Amino acid sequence: MRRGPSLFNLVSLGLGLTFLYAPIVLLVVYSFNDSRLVTVWGGFSLRWYGELMHNEQLLASVWMTVRIAALSATVATLLGTLAAVALTRGGRFPGRTIFSGAVYAPLVTPEVILGLSLLLLFVAVGAPRGFWTVSAAHTTLTLCYVTVVVQARLASFDRSLEEAAQDLGCPPWRAFLLVTLPNIAPAVAAAWMLAFTLSLDDLVIASFTSGPGATTLPMRIYSAVRLGVTPEINAISTLLIGLVATGVIAAYLIQTRGVRRASR
Amino acid sequence: MSAQHRDRSRAAAIAPFLWLGLFFLFPFLLVLRLSLSDIALAVPPYAPQLDLSAGVDGVREFLAALDFETYGRLGGDRLYLAAYLSSMRIAAISTGILLLIGYPIAYAMVRCPPAARRALVLAVILPFWTSFLIRIYAWIAILKPAGLLNAALGAVGLAPLNLLNTEAAVHIGLVYAYLPFMVLPLYAVLERQPAELLEAAADLGCTPVQAFWRVTFPMSLPGVAAGALLCFIPMVGEFVVPDLLGGSQTLMLGKVIWTEFFANRDWPTASAVAVALIVTLIVPLTLFQRQQQRLLEGGR
Repeated sequence: MRRGPSLFNLVSLGLGLTFLYAPIVLLVVYSFNDSRLVTVWGGFSLRWYGELMHNEQLLASVWMTVRIAALSATVATLLGTLAAVALTRGGRFPGRTIFSGAVYAPLVTPEVILGLSLLLLFVAVGAPRGFWTVSAAHTTLTLCYVTVVVQARLASFDRSLEEAAQDLGCPPWRAFLLVTLPNIAPAVAAAWMLAFTLSLDDLVIASFTSGPGATTLPMRIYSAVRLGVTPEINAISTLLIGLVATGVIAAYLIQTRGVRRASR
Repeated sequence: MSAQHRDRSRAAAIAPFLWLGLFFLFPFLLVLRLSLSDIALAVPPYAPQLDLSAGVDGVREFLAALDFETYGRLGGDRLYLAAYLSSMRIAAISTGILLLIGYPIAYAMVRCPPAARRALVLAVILPFWTSFLIRIYAWIAILKPAGLLNAALGAVGLAPLNLLNTEAAVHIGLVYAYLPFMVLPLYAVLERQPAELLEAAADLGCTPVQAFWRVTFPMSLPGVAAGALLCFIPMVGEFVVPDLLGGSQTLMLGKVIWTEFFANRDWPTASAVAVALIVTLIVPLTLFQRQQQRLLEGGR
C-alpha cells in the first residue's frame, strides 16, 4: 500500500492548482466588471457580453474559426488514426523511421517554423491563401496529437478479439470496423476534440497561412490584445473557456462511465 | 500476427505519409532553399529558382547561384546571435523551474487515492485545453504596473513590482503555459512505480527521504527526460509568450522570425533564422522521437 498524501504533498498540490487556475478565474471574474479598468471593481454587469453580440467582425471570425477547426479536426482524425494503426501494427517496414519522425516531430516543432514552411509551400504552388490553406496547415499540426492519443489506446487493445472475429469468418476490414473501432472510439472522439480545440486556439500558424478575408478568432484577439487589456476580450475569452470546459468535462464523464460499465 | 495482416496495417501509412511528406517534410526544403536566396525586400519569387525542366544544367546553375550571404549576415549581426543565446538560456531556465515545480505536483498526485487521482489529472489537463493566447493574456492584467499583483502587494503594504515586459514575466508565462506538459509525463512514470519497492527499501533500513533519492527519483528519470524535452523544444521557438509578456527587450528566435517576416518582409532572413533553429533542435528532437517510440510502440 502507498502511504496517503503528506502535508508537503497537499501544499504542493494546492499551490500548483492555484497557480494554474487563478489567472483564468480572475479573467472570468473581470469579464463581469462594469468598469473599464482592470483593478477597479465597478459592479456586476453583462455589458461587455452585450457589446460582443453587436461586433459583426468578431462574429464572422468566430464562424470562420469554427469551420476551419471542424474540417481540419476531421481530416486529421482520419489520417492520424491511420498513422496510429500503421505504427502500432505495421512492424518494421521500410521508411518507418522517417514516417514516425514525421508523425511525432510536429508535436514539438516550434509553431513559427511550421507556419513559415507551410506558407512557403502555399506560395510556391500558388494556392490562394484563406480558409483552405489554414485548414490544411491545422490538419498537419493536429494530426500528430491524434496519432499519439489513438496509438496509446490501440497499444493496450487486446488483439485476440479481432483475431477471434476473423477466425469466425469475418473479413479483416470488417473485423476492424466492427470490433476494433468501437473499442478505440472513445480515444478517437477525444482525439477529434483535442484537434478541434488546438485548431480553435492557434494563432501563429493561422497568421502565417491565412489571407485577406480569412481572419480567425485568435488573430482578432491578438490584434486587440496588442492594444491593451479590454473587458470585451475578457468576455469573449470567458465564453470560449466555458464552451471548452463544458465539452471536456462532458467527454470525461462519458468516458469514465464507459470505463465503469466495461469493468463491471 | 500474420504477414498478410501486417501488410494491410502498413498500407494504412500511405495516406498520412503522403500528407506529411507534402505538408511537413517538403516545406522544410523550401525554407532551406529560400534561406540561400538573395536578400530582397520585395515579394517572391526570389533568385535563384531551381528549374528542374532544364535538367542537370539547371541544377548546376542553381547551385552556382546559391548565396550564403544571408547566413554570413546572421553570424555577423549581434542581434541574431543575442536572440539565439537568450532563447536557449530562457528555455533552459524555464525547463529547470518547471522540473522544480512540476515534480512535487506529480509526486503528490500519485500519493492520492485513485478516484482523486483521476480528477487531478483532469484538473491539470483542463487549462491546456483552454486557449493558450487567452491564458497568457490573463497574465498581462496581473503583471502590468497598475495590475492585480501590484494592487494586492499595495494592499499588504509591499512595494510594487515592475514585472511586465521583463524576462521574469517571460519565465512566469512559459512555466505557466507548459506546466501540464511537465506534470503529465512525470505522473505517468511515477504512477507505474510499484509501491512494494519503497516497502522493500524501508525494510532494508532506508528512511523515506533516502528511499526517494535512491529508488523513486532514479526510476522516474525517463519521465524527467520526456517532460524536459516536451517543454524545452517548443519553448526555444515560442512566440506568443515573449511577444505579449517580454516587451521589446526580450529577444527570442520565434519573435525574430515573426518580425523579419511580418514587419520587415525579409523572407530569406526569416528562413535562415528558422533553419538555424531547426538545426539546433535536431538533437533534442531525435531524442524526443526515440522516447516516444519506446513509450508508445515498445509496449512497456
